Amino acid sequence: MLTASYILFWILALIGIGSALMVVLARNPVRSALFLVVTFLTVAVLYITLSAQFLAAVQVMVYAGAIMVLFLFVIMLLNLSAPEALKERGTIQRPIALILGAMFITALIFSQALLEMPTKAAHAEEIANLGTVQTIGLSLYNPNLPWLFPFEITSILLLIAVIGAIVLAKRKLD
Amino acid sequence: MFDDLTHYNFSLPSEWHGVSLPLLVPYVAIVCFLGFSLGLVPLLVWMERTVIAFIQDRIGPNRVGPRGLFQTVADSIKLFFKEEIRPKSVDVRIYYLAPVLAAFTALAGSAVLPWQFIPFHDAAGRIFSVPFTVGDVNIGLLYILAMSSLQVYGVVLAGWSSNNKYSLLGGLRAAAQLISYELSMGLALLCVIVLAGSLKLSDIVQAQNIKPFGIESLPDILKGSFFSWFWLGSLGVPVVLYTIAMIAETNRAPFDLPEAESELVAGFHTEYTSMKFAMFFMSEYISMLTVCGLNAAVFWGGSLPPLNIWPLTAVPGAFWFILKIMMGIFFYIWLRGTLPRLRYDALMNLGWKRMLPLGLVWLFLLAGLNLLREPNDGPVPPNPNAVPQVQSAERN
Repeated sequence: MLTASYILFWILALIGIGSALMVVLARNPVRSALFLVVTFLTVAVLYITLSAQFLAAVQVMVYAGAIMVLFLFVIMLLNLSAPEALKERGTIQRPIALILGAMFITALIFSQALLEMPTKAAHAEEIANLGTVQTIGLSLYNPNLPWLFPFEITSILLLIAVIGAIVLAKRKLD
Repeated sequence: MFDDLTHYNFSLPSEWHGVSLPLLVPYVAIVCFLGFSLGLVPLLVWMERTVIAFIQDRIGPNRVGPRGLFQTVADSIKLFFKEEIRPKSVDVRIYYLAPVLAAFTALAGSAVLPWQFIPFHDAAGRIFSVPFTVGDVNIGLLYILAMSSLQVYGVVLAGWSSNNKYSLLGGLRAAAQLISYELSMGLALLCVIVLAGSLKLSDIVQAQNIKPFGIESLPDILKGSFFSWFWLGSLGVPVVLYTIAMIAETNRAPFDLPEAESELVAGFHTEYTSMKFAMFFMSEYISMLTVCGLNAAVFWGGSLPPLNIWPLTAVPGAFWFILKIMMGIFFYIWLRGTLPRLRYDALMNLGWKRMLPLGLVWLFLLAGLNLLREPNDGPVPPNPNAVPQVQSAERN
């Protein structure tokens, strides 16, 4: 059944996976970083098709807009444009990555996650409101739901990361 | 959802020969926005040159057309036909991609700005208003922030791919500057979100249609007036923070370090000629329009008239909105004619050590005041049993 959303999904999936592959295959680190940005943007569009608008906006802002800009910043500052500088010689990284990847795919196939996909949609109105800022806020800060505590824990984690970054930067300065 | 934002006595039918008119609004809006922002760029350049000339006591453009009005048209025709020069050792694809990215991200940001509220009436005679915008999405503010954070790519990639030290320095400066000032911009906008309780731009404009500070005893003429907009409603500081941050975000004087000609030749677009340079130039002006539009909508009442009395309320809201945008642009030019360029460390100090802490303090202050004003527990949390229903869509 070729509905518009089905076609859109496949187009996005092909772009997303293609650019994800190019991240690894591209010789030039700047190109790799740019393909990663394309992947993030594709994922953001996929979120929108799932009506998770807040998540999509945050994805673009945080990953594409901030983190990848810092990546690019570092790549350009070090001027890693010469591919020879990046060539790895005989590490065991490659076989380990292969084994881990194979294990991950096996786990995905045998897990229930792929088999038990929801096949029937809930009410259209519920879906439309699922990813709005208000719904996410109300569920995230609702003490009756289990997400308040993990959210607060995450904030402490981020605080530790911030302090860690400052400590590391200060030590170099002193 | 009619509220007396639209003061007009007429309203359009929602059905016209079987076509639903409210559904057509986004399509009309796309055409209008593209026409407006692309068509206005020559006028803005003319305005900038004229005003700068006035400030510096010069004559300014006065040869082509009445008052030099067609000077920029002539300039753009010249840019179209200029020789296309590509330096030998650039990264070709990224070199050509960069100006396109810059123009695209600048244009995309303006999609959610609410220009006006158009009143419609349905078959039963009920009146409702539809904001004239491409997409009145509930993440409107986040969308604009996301697009403005993507704008750095055009500049950074241009700087890197040109294979020129000056360009690279300009690109790196732009990246650092944009990331630093995005935070203050976000904090200033968060202050408004606290007041309006929504990220949707049309809701934020409607939230300013109250009496000043929500005091009901004030006369009706002040409802939705100059004094009830959020520049005053947020107690003055966020609008200053936002205005400084928006100038830094668009790389304009006094924050035009990425293209500081006394140190970096022309910064990130040193190696760009003809139409590629014109696209950078254009994207700068379009992003100025976008951030000024956001400023107008969020802090200066959007399409609301400055006083709630008859001759002013009869003017379409789009007029007020465009007027407010143009005042923002004038402010840009005024600053450029007045202030010297900041040193790089002064720029970083201002962003991180002055504006960011002030924005944080003000956010807490406003959130506390808001709680005092409405001492409740916020919106009613949803029934805990209702949410799992949404999540476990029926399984087979």
